[in-house]
Amino acid sequence: MRKPSLRAYRIVSLFLLGCLLFNYPVLAIFNVGATAAGIPVLYVYLFVAWGLLIALAAAIIEGGN
Amino acid sequence: MLQGWFVVTVSFAYIGLLFAVAWFADRRAAQGRSIISNAWVYSLSLAVYATAWTFYGSVGRAATDGVGFLPTYIGATLTMLLGWFVLRKMVRITRLNRITSLADFVASRYGKSALIGGVVTVIAVIGILPYISLQLKAVSTSFQILLGYPAIAMPAKAGSLEVMQDTAFYVALFMALFAIAFGTRQLDAAERHEGMVAAIAFESLVKLVAFLAVGVYVAFFMYDGLGDIFARAAGRPDLEVLMAPLGGAAGSYANWVWLTILSMFAIIFLPRQFQVAVIENTDERHLKRAAWLFPLYMLAINVFVLPIAFGGALHFPAGEVDADTFVLTLPMAQKAEGVALLVFIGGLSAATGMVIVETIALSTMVCNDLVMPLLLRIRAFRLTEMRDLSILLLDIRRAAIIALLMGGYFYYLLAGEAYALVSIGLISFAAAAQFAPAVIGGLYWRGGTRTGALAGLCAGFAVWAYTLLLPAFAKSGWLGVEFVERGPFGIELLRPTQLFGLAGLDQITHAMIWSMIANVGAYLVGSVIRRQSAAEHVQATLFVDVYQQTGEPGSSWRGATSASALQTLVGRFLGPARAVELFTAYARLRGAKSVDELEGDRDLVRFAELQLAGTIGAASARTMVATVAQEEPLGLEEVMTIIDEASQVIAYSHRLEEQQQELEAATQELKAANERLKELDRLKDDFISTVTHELRTPLTSIRAFSEILHDNPDLDPAERQRFLGLVIRESERLTRLINQVLDLAKIESGLAEWRTAELDLREIALEAVNATSAIFKSRGVTVETRLAARVPLVLADRDRLMQVLLNLLSNAAKFCTPGTGRVEVRLAADGGAVRVDVQDNGVGISRENQALIFEKFRQVGDTLTDKPSGTGLGLAICRRIVGHFGGRLWVESEPGRGSVFSFDLPVATGARGAERLVANA
Repeated sequence: MRKPSLRAYRIVSLFLLGCLLFNYPVLAIFNVGATAAGIPVLYVYLFVAWGLLIALAAAIIEGGN
Repeated sequence: MLQGWFVVTVSFAYIGLLFAVAWFADRRAAQGRSIISNAWVYSLSLAVYATAWTFYGSVGRAATDGVGFLPTYIGATLTMLLGWFVLRKMVRITRLNRITSLADFVASRYGKSALIGGVVTVIAVIGILPYISLQLKAVSTSFQILLGYPAIAMPAKAGSLEVMQDTAFYVALFMALFAIAFGTRQLDAAERHEGMVAAIAFESLVKLVAFLAVGVYVAFFMYDGLGDIFARAAGRPDLEVLMAPLGGAAGSYANWVWLTILSMFAIIFLPRQFQVAVIENTDERHLKRAAWLFPLYMLAINVFVLPIAFGGALHFPAGEVDADTFVLTLPMAQKAEGVALLVFIGGLSAATGMVIVETIALSTMVCNDLVMPLLLRIRAFRLTEMRDLSILLLDIRRAAIIALLMGGYFYYLLAGEAYALVSIGLISFAAAAQFAPAVIGGLYWRGGTRTGALAGLCAGFAVWAYTLLLPAFAKSGWLGVEFVERGPFGIELLRPTQLFGLAGLDQITHAMIWSMIANVGAYLVGSVIRRQSAAEHVQATLFVDVYQQTGEPGSSWRGATSASALQTLVGRFLGPARAVELFTAYARLRGAKSVDELEGDRDLVRFAELQLAGTIGAASARTMVATVAQEEPLGLEEVMTIIDEASQVIAYSHRLEEQQQELEAATQELKAANERLKELDRLKDDFISTVTHELRTPLTSIRAFSEILHDNPDLDPAERQRFLGLVIRESERLTRLINQVLDLAKIESGLAEWRTAELDLREIALEAVNATSAIFKSRGVTVETRLAARVPLVLADRDRLMQVLLNLLSNAAKFCTPGTGRVEVRLAADGGAVRVDVQDNGVGISRENQALIFEKFRQVGDTLTDKPSGTGLGLAICRRIVGHFGGRLWVESEPGRGSVFSFDLPVATGARGAERLVANA
């Protein structure tokens, strides 16, 4: 049997990170009325965290080992 | 520019463009230069996930609950991250087994069961109808609103018009024709549609551009940037609650989590996603890039949802304009006709993309897994005797597409008004999620059985229909509201939206919890209650262990038939011409001159079955092939044993192989260790005998001379003096020998004391040459030194190193011819080491002796004639000393030409050493 590569572990870790970031209680931290640069922090958080997840995925998949 | 005729013309021009793209892609595919075999196009085609729901509905959802539209895309992102594991396995299985649809996939996994295929098809069709109706609603609504320009008026309610005057009806009809033209022009053995995929990818670009355009327009032209919109919204109490809506306006966190899970399933199990992601995949590697590119697409198309939602809510008086239409009505209200038209085209793209792929996928399922198996079974149709069925197949699919869109239209009439766009779509998502246990279980658990899958699918679907579909009908007034509010027959415990009293959840979460419990539960119970049949076991192994397979899966066909019978059979479904083409190619591949030469063996039958499976699905293909080829009945137990044995043997042999390798390695090590021990033992014996021998020689002569002196007291004084000198010399030799033996023993046992310091070899070399100059002079040998001015420091013990140098120098002196002897000492830095050479022009050492001289008590030369002048331990000790400091000691020599003894020592890595090295450079 082939052993899973390091990259595979990274991707699965990233998936778990995603599960954490978009779940209670992390979401509750940002679910407040405050704004950042005029934009509600929850909105900023959701899109930034999402973008981060995508960027990391791209880095892991497209980058070298 | 928004007159009706103009909008219609632009729409048709756009559709024409799509056809052109599809035609171009098909032509390129026929030439073997596919334009869709590309990770970018693949990712864009996955974006068929973003439908009118995304385009219009997200804004509507955002206007009521802030962020509730996002889990749909975040869940899909999470699944795509795992795409390389889950989707790749499905792609591999699909390719190896020529699977044509989701129903075919599930049916194949559970023993090519026609019943399972049929059930999956029914669930998919009923489950997806709401989703199709959503697209119809979005397109017809947007079209009507656009026609009302410059006024902004909400269109009449669904069902309030005669069918013939209803835009939605014509949209449905038109889309049906469009899908037929796209998807059912010809039968393809692999059920792939390159033209369609290209058009879908193109549409994905168009809808993204359109949505970004309206987003930028609203955020930066209507308002003063994002900050401005949110600042204004913060002033409105009804909008301010949407800034932190979780646990409030957007429902509980449980709701959020379940929506995420729902979309994680939907991205794979919606029939159209399965179609583009799995069936239309041309290369597994595309999944890698799609894992981040497709989520990036979703992120981009969602960035402006919130600004548009708030912009719309701020601009229009509450309740006057449906938030689902903000994307279109905002630019219209600003008289931005170009943007409004672009939005309409974008929405049309989103809706048509979904409808085309969904209906093509569903019509394939309906044809292959529902209608054909039935027709083939009903003997009255005599279908098995028809010559060319390919036209019939296409007609069934066309009829299925029309029926699907009409079904969607009627659902729209029945329940279309009761919900917002997103809520309609979520009902379909929940239906698609019912496939998850059977498929995921089937991919990773060999024990999942047909009974289990059937039970799970039916139970999950039943709960879905009861908790989501019936309430939707009730809400639209088609079914009594009583039923929902009081429960059937007044039994409150069975109220569809609060089943068994589970209250406080939103409808989707509630339905998902109960349907998943029922589905997974029934799947597990059904799977463990009865043993698998042989055919199921074969397929289960094919699916679960797909990565272990090489090439095409095996076949259970045993009977023989004729090649021409098979060709005729395939010809009836694919058309005779195509069949001839396929069989001739196959014959050539097998090295036969013509089809007639082919033997109707197992491989050929398997080939024919695969060709058929690509067109009519695995279950039907099996039935059809069985009409011409006989599947020799294997006893169930027999097959079970074969397969169990085969798979177990593979597993065992893997393990055995590994263990064997480990054992072999261990044996080798043990052998080597044993050899080494034996060698050491022998060496010890040798050593003891040699040492005693070496000790005896001087002792014997000392004793002999002493006896002479003792027995002859009147010996001549000169003679006496000579004998005494000999006794002294021999005792000195004895002392030296014992010292060296002790020294060597200490070094070898590791007990020697080393005083390691950073040393300058140049200094030591000069000192050694000085110390030995007397010896050289006495033997008439000249010494020259060629030492590098500066060398890096080395780490070593000064006295020991001196011992080595003295030994080498005195050896050199010893073996040089007196008078003409010449010894040269060289010192130089050599890479990461410092090297010392001691060259002489003495007798030299033959090649075979070169290795021996470093062994203990080995002295080269004729021991009978030459009296040995050394102990035979010097070089052995030297080699150990140099080795202790990480260096090597070796000799290069030719008999008669002298020898060069060299050793090197690694440069000290300490600060001073490095400094020296730099100074050297």
